[in-house]
Amino acid sequence: MILARVVGEVVSTQKRPQFEGAKLLILQPEMPSGMKSGNSLLAIDSVGAGRGELVIAVLEGRAAGEALGKKLSPVDAAIVGIVDAVDLAE
Amino acid sequence: MQLARVIGDVVATQKDPAFSGVRLLVLQPVNADGQDAGRPLVAVDSVGAGVGERVFFVRGKEASFPFHPTEVPTDAGVVGIIDHWSTVEGPGFSPGDRR
Repeated sequence: MILARVVGEVVSTQKRPQFEGAKLLILQPEMPSGMKSGNSLLAIDSVGAGRGELVIAVLEGRAAGEALGKKLSPVDAAIVGIVDAVDLAE
Repeated sequence: MQLARVIGDVVATQKDPAFSGVRLLVLQPVNADGQDAGRPLVAVDSVGAGVGERVFFVRGKEASFPFHPTEVPTDAGVVGIIDHWSTVEGPGFSPGDRR
């Protein structure tokens, strides 16, 4: 799983039926230090995350499909938690 | 999933039989700010996307799920056409931006 910041949302009408009713958010991966890390990605939201929040996202198909709760969902990323705080030893 | 621009079509006559009738598109992934991000790739299409459209695509085995029970040997697939997106920094893409 990765830490990422919710930076936006996508609106799509024409899509695979498994995406009906799902919220599709744009994430910017972040290092635990808060630095941006890599390219933005899309994830379905199963926890009610919103703009500006730091979240935990799975980047794996099976896990993301389970978060959506529909069979044979063509998804590869899902938000599975909203981060309250990250404590680093260093 | 990732955001992308559809920048081309691929025509292939000699191919894995499971690709029969499946459209192949060339995608340029883009970031939330609309800028190109990374290398172009070929993806299967299951939503009727075309050149010039903004789409989102899935990577991995899940890209073949829209063709179930046919097992299409793909690692990327377009699964939605984007109407618009917006970010904390403002509109990321709206149809007027199409190029």
